[in-house]
Amino acid sequence: MNRILDIKNLQVSLPTANGVLRAVRGIDLHVDKGEMLCIVGESGCGKSMTSMALMGLLPKRAEVTAEVLDFDGLDLLSLPKKERNKIRGMRMSMIFQEPMTSLNPSYTLGNQLCEAIMRHKGVSSAEAKERAVYLLTRAGVPMPEKRLDQYPHQLSGGLRQRVMIAMALMCEPDLIIADEPTTALDVTIQAQILRLIRELQQEFGTAVIFITHDLGVVARIADRVAVMYAGQVVETATAQELYSNPMHPYTRGLLNCIPIPGKTAPGSHLESIPGVVPSLIGELKGCAFANRCHVSTSECSQRTPSLELEPNSTSLHQVRCPITATTLQEAM
Amino acid sequence: MPDYALELSNLSRHFHLKNGAFKEPTLLKAVDGISLRIRPGETLGLVGESGCGKSTLAKMILGLLEPTDGDVLINDKARSASSRLSMARQLQPIFQDPYSSLNPRKTIEQIIRLPLQLHKEGNKESQKKAVKDISDLVGLPERLLKQYPGQLSGGQRQRVAIARALILKPKILVCDEPTSALDVSVQAQILNLLMDLKKELGLTYLFISHNLGVVEHLVDKVAVMYRGKIVEQGTRDEIFQNAQHPYTKALLSSVLTPEPALGLPEVLDSSAWDSAQAS
Amino acid sequence: MSESTLSLNAATSGLPVVPEWRRIMNRVVGHRGLLLGSSILGVIVVLALLAPWIAPHDPFAQNISQRMIPPVWHDKGTWDHIFGTDKLGRDYLSRLLYGARISLSIGLLAALISGLIGTTLGVLAGYFGGRVDAVISYIITTRLALPVLLVALAMASLVGGGSVETVVVLLGLLLWDRFAVVARSTTQQLREAEFIASAKVIGASTSYILIRELLPNILSALIVVMTLEMAHAILLEATLSFLGLGVQAPMPSWGLMISEGKSYMFFKPWVIAIPGITLMLLVLAINLVGDGLRDMNAPEGRN
Repeated sequence: MNRILDIKNLQVSLPTANGVLRAVRGIDLHVDKGEMLCIVGESGCGKSMTSMALMGLLPKRAEVTAEVLDFDGLDLLSLPKKERNKIRGMRMSMIFQEPMTSLNPSYTLGNQLCEAIMRHKGVSSAEAKERAVYLLTRAGVPMPEKRLDQYPHQLSGGLRQRVMIAMALMCEPDLIIADEPTTALDVTIQAQILRLIRELQQEFGTAVIFITHDLGVVARIADRVAVMYAGQVVETATAQELYSNPMHPYTRGLLNCIPIPGKTAPGSHLESIPGVVPSLIGELKGCAFANRCHVSTSECSQRTPSLELEPNSTSLHQVRCPITATTLQEAM
Repeated sequence: MPDYALELSNLSRHFHLKNGAFKEPTLLKAVDGISLRIRPGETLGLVGESGCGKSTLAKMILGLLEPTDGDVLINDKARSASSRLSMARQLQPIFQDPYSSLNPRKTIEQIIRLPLQLHKEGNKESQKKAVKDISDLVGLPERLLKQYPGQLSGGQRQRVAIARALILKPKILVCDEPTSALDVSVQAQILNLLMDLKKELGLTYLFISHNLGVVEHLVDKVAVMYRGKIVEQGTRDEIFQNAQHPYTKALLSSVLTPEPALGLPEVLDSSAWDSAQAS
Repeated sequence: MSESTLSLNAATSGLPVVPEWRRIMNRVVGHRGLLLGSSILGVIVVLALLAPWIAPHDPFAQNISQRMIPPVWHDKGTWDHIFGTDKLGRDYLSRLLYGARISLSIGLLAALISGLIGTTLGVLAGYFGGRVDAVISYIITTRLALPVLLVALAMASLVGGGSVETVVVLLGLLLWDRFAVVARSTTQQLREAEFIASAKVIGASTSYILIRELLPNILSALIVVMTLEMAHAILLEATLSFLGLGVQAPMPSWGLMISEGKSYMFFKPWVIAIPGITLMLLVLAINLVGDGLRDMNAPEGRN
């Protein structure tokens, strides 16, 4: 069994004053052991909700359902709370966007690094410290022994994110969910941190779900990519395949929006996706992207397309659009 | 016509950071002797990372912060020697966060009309007409004018901010990270709008950003800022094709374009450009 | 891409468009404390306003032959005096109704005066910072160090106490501290907001920025403080009157009614229970409204 995570028809809804917000509307995804899966999408597409649902960190009023939510043979949804917490601490961990707010300002870094492993694995304090120092060194934190006694505010943003990465690796998890881990960082630091995540992921054989809105980042680190729109996966493929042969009109639109130094002619009119994202409150009829799509037909707003295997591609390339394969090729 | 739309001469701003009651305060040179010139109709991109002083610089240009030293010249007139009102007619800002740049308790129409009211331009009728015209120009549907900022999307709000900046017909816009809070598909819309407005109205832009892809697309000249100083400046091609300073090179190599084959760039170390800065 | 394709907004993107007043109504009705508080408060306000028309008797008319009649639920009670009469034979219900006018007007006016003082100080301190903030913060700290009740007593005995106006001014001058603290901190949060910066760059004067841009955004927080201080002022008025230094006889202040009844409390407990319970109800109602409004303003209450 090579899969660490298998998701079928994951749905998340949240009651709000204006009605039920259906943030995630039936996601099918899987993550292989040691794989880097990037989930990419714009704000409000449900990518963060998905990660929170996987970690079991959603507020109580949120309703999570799935046909399958299988983590290495364990059904996460039916697991008792205690077991779930144990898995969350030991076998899954998370790296957040804002390292300042995800570290507790009133405890030392040593405390925070060692707490989980001592509690969950019954490791002695000395052993935990030893591992912490080792991982801080691996994460490129200078003077790791000294850091254990420091508080989060004494570190720069880049260093804090390195500490977060070390912390995520403390219990040797099988899966790390990284939610926009480099968005708050400067570009030069971002490159370093991404490299670090990639290196450590390959070295420890950890599977990573990397959530971001930045298609540039995705291109450089992902093994496989899932593009999300309005609470659904609209396209998934290997990074190579997705960027060289994007199929869904939304993916194509996104890729065309970004000015690329050396490729896009300076000053030229950029392509953009007209309109705005639909509200996720209540039901959506037909394809969620239909009203912004330049190849949509009247049928698109009637029938909801499903995620289908793209027949012409060699790898596992799935697209949620019936038009792409034939018409889109001719339209382009 | 003035030689330069915007000229900064040896502009500096220092802060004294307190280190507790009994220690000497540290001197932070947030902006340290910056000189820049922008010709009318030109777009200058100011590039730098957080904490490099670019926001402090923008605040001084906008008159929100007094310089410690040096002066800001707008259309050949010193900012310090002119009134707030006369400066407002020549130079306007577009801020980063369209969620905080619009007063949540005012309607869109009130927000766009405010500059005309403060400058006592025309009567109520003509002001309302001007609001409609400018909304049309920036692609803001008329029915949104009666709504509040909370009911608009990020892109629409940024259009409101642009309309408000343009209603006094200034010639210079200071854009401080105008698209970094927006989604990429909306970013493209706003960038297109800024380029169109420049052509139509002959505007001069100071475009502050950390996104080199966007800067390359939009600007004629680039200045790279690091720790309060300009470390390199030149035309777009000079900077993007033939950068000299190690920091500029590091910034350029950190740009992650959506090209999977390229992989991640080499790890960079700030010591390379720190030593260049010191020498 | 044409400009017209961008003309989509919340309405067309499928967000249900609920009118603002409707949303506010829904939230008020959904909040039990606020609903209960505003209903009680509403009843008391209406009764106070209608007092001259609905009061069964003249609240000042004495009738020695009718002294100390117990309320109607008592064996010896009569429907003529529903809440009975006091030691001078005045109708208790009528005095209670007129007393509500005194409590409400003193609470409201005192809170308005202190709101004006506190908001001005707090906004100036928060907006300008630096030395202005240092001076004003010093004034606030000084005020916080004063025990309100003792100072009020001392001042009241100094000026001789007596009229409603004196009590209002006295309380107004003493209760501004919370306004100042809240106005200062909310102003500090907004001072750096970009809409304030853009108003400055447009050329707006400082007074315009403070009054027209900033104040509307901190008003909701101040209204919450206002309700709490109103309740506070009403209690203090009752206390002062009870101690003989507030509103003077024969005015039908609730505090005074309790004070006048205290020598009878063991044998005729209703003389203090009735004004006491009404006072408690009023203060409770105002506090419930205040708490409810605070919940409404909290970010999580928005969506």
